[in-house]
Amino acid sequence: MKKVMNAGLGLLMATAIAAPTHAEDVKIGMITTLSGGGAHLGVDARDGFMLAIEQSGRDDVEVLIQDDAQKPDVAKSLADEFVQRENVDIMTGIIWSNLAMAVIPSVVRQGTFYLSVNAGPSDLAGRLCHENYFNVAWQNNSLHEAMGEYMSTEGFDNAFILAPNYPAGTDALEGFKNRYTGELANEVYTQLGQTDYAAEIAQIRASGADSVFYFLPGGMGIAFMKQYAGSGVDIPVYGPAFSFDEIIIGAIGESAIGVRNTSQWAYDLDNAANQTFVSAFREKHGRTPTLYASQGYDTARLILSALDEAHPDDKDAFREALRAADFDSVRGDFRFGANHHPIQDIYVREVVASGDGVTNQLVGVAVEDMQDVYVDQCSM
Amino acid sequence: MTLSLLFEQLLNGLQLGTMLFLMASGLTLVFGVMGLINLAHGSFYMTGAFVTAWVTGTTGNFWVGLLAGTLAAAAVGALVEFAVIRRLYQRDHLDQVLATFALILIFSEGTRWLYGSSPLWLNVPQSLAGSVRLPFGVEYPLYRLAIIGMGVLIAIGLYLLISRTRLGMRIRAGENDREMIGALGVDISTLYTLVFALGAGLAGLAGATIGALQSVQVGMGEPVLILAFVVIVIGGIGSIKGALVGALLVGLVDTLGRVLLPDLFKLFMEASAASGVGAAIASMLIYILMAIILIFKPNGLFAVKH
Repeated sequence: MKKVMNAGLGLLMATAIAAPTHAEDVKIGMITTLSGGGAHLGVDARDGFMLAIEQSGRDDVEVLIQDDAQKPDVAKSLADEFVQRENVDIMTGIIWSNLAMAVIPSVVRQGTFYLSVNAGPSDLAGRLCHENYFNVAWQNNSLHEAMGEYMSTEGFDNAFILAPNYPAGTDALEGFKNRYTGELANEVYTQLGQTDYAAEIAQIRASGADSVFYFLPGGMGIAFMKQYAGSGVDIPVYGPAFSFDEIIIGAIGESAIGVRNTSQWAYDLDNAANQTFVSAFREKHGRTPTLYASQGYDTARLILSALDEAHPDDKDAFREALRAADFDSVRGDFRFGANHHPIQDIYVREVVASGDGVTNQLVGVAVEDMQDVYVDQCSM
Repeated sequence: MTLSLLFEQLLNGLQLGTMLFLMASGLTLVFGVMGLINLAHGSFYMTGAFVTAWVTGTTGNFWVGLLAGTLAAAAVGALVEFAVIRRLYQRDHLDQVLATFALILIFSEGTRWLYGSSPLWLNVPQSLAGSVRLPFGVEYPLYRLAIIGMGVLIAIGLYLLISRTRLGMRIRAGENDREMIGALGVDISTLYTLVFALGAGLAGLAGATIGALQSVQVGMGEPVLILAFVVIVIGGIGSIKGALVGALLVGLVDTLGRVLLPDLFKLFMEASAASGVGAAIASMLIYILMAIILIFKPNGLFAVKH
């Protein structure tokens, strides 16, 4: 027992001594989903992020990476560990909105910066916005809102809409309805992590809808689209890019061809930063990056651009540098609104055949300079 | 809600139920015969799915993959019984839960180490792709219909195995009096290994068939395991008949609840709020069902006397 106590004390002292010596270095804590059905989102966000860090060649930036297994309680305890024991300056990485809501409000209150690579729940853009919180991806509603507008202009007026029952799912359907002008054949919420959609597909078949809009990220989308393709229902399908990223359409295969989806980024967008990113990512990982990788990459490049101006210990200066967003985003024009969420163009992509498989091709712009609707609720 | 939609949803519930039966029958057999609580049962489900996906990918033939997946799950089950489980029969349930929980972690990490963390792709075989037209104007995926058929065949097979064969007689004897059957000279350890492998094989078969509809990924067994436990608690722990009835009950209540509850709430609520609340309550429905059944039948519907 005494030995254990001594070892414990020794460890405590070691961390106490070690902490101040690295004060000038920058420590970034990344909590993301690297296992389970949603793993490819986290893996791509991480790979994009780390690619930008490597390209910068800086050796004073340390990134600690942990897997949250898509569980809010795991994410919460990892965040406490990062903030209290590791003393990280910046945190990032969370993919899922329910995890984001469990972690981010307390992290930013404790004075740590948080930059979201993905999740953008409505509360954090409005009511709970915070000066230390920045979203580099989008507010959750954005891509859905853009698709609502796009489908209305395409002439659909009886859509069946579907999303999982969690913060990003309700944000998705709210967002869609915001700019969609037609009728709804039905509005269905499924369980988060559900993998069998037979009951929902039967409802779609019986609904008489002229189109289906769904938001099912990760493994849920793969399961849904596989089962939808096998069910013989041929109502056209639309969705945000989360339902049709490169990994998902690769798994669905030919049955995804012709599906249109909205995204703030496309790998075939024509700008220099994007070309550098896509070719470097393909060379390093042997696959085409998804939008999650582009968000990770942009987040890291935003952090790096701010680090050139100030160290995170100088909170006000660092915050100003982040707010300026002085970096070349791979998605083209990028700036922050008053609530630290992006104002950006939303594009439409179409799934087309390419070689052995399928890929997303840029079609056009759905909405220009899109800003989220929650900015007015933010008191910042 | 038209008649054809209701009929299709009944089929969906039935299909979920047969799949749950494959999982629950193994779980309940192992508990009935050996008195063992096996949390690692979901790992055999995962093993079946992964081996099927891998062999199907290599050979290009789904049926070879399905056979390989089922046999592999049974073999892994036998191995685990021999190496670990055997030492747990005399221990109390807490030790069993801890040890088999450790097995879940080992299996999950092992699978991740072997196959990586992104899902594997397994598709429905060409011969069962597409859908067929049924009475009431229902168009139903052929593959799901095949799963229902397979479930029925396995239920009949298990019934015959247990009521008509020597092995089945020993299983029944083992359920009634474990010590006596050993004293009568039956090789009890071989019997236990066989029963365990049978349960694992059934779980592997369930994982392999469902893997083709969904995605094959690490941790896919645990959500199903929870449902399977609900099934055997409802049906009466140790009873195969209870597992069958419980599985069908859970499958139907879960599926119909998901469809009907939001519609029900729409009668007196605004549409989008109704679908949210309906979905939330639907996800609790089987647990509510379990609680109600346990109030009236504390040992489940078909309680086994020990």
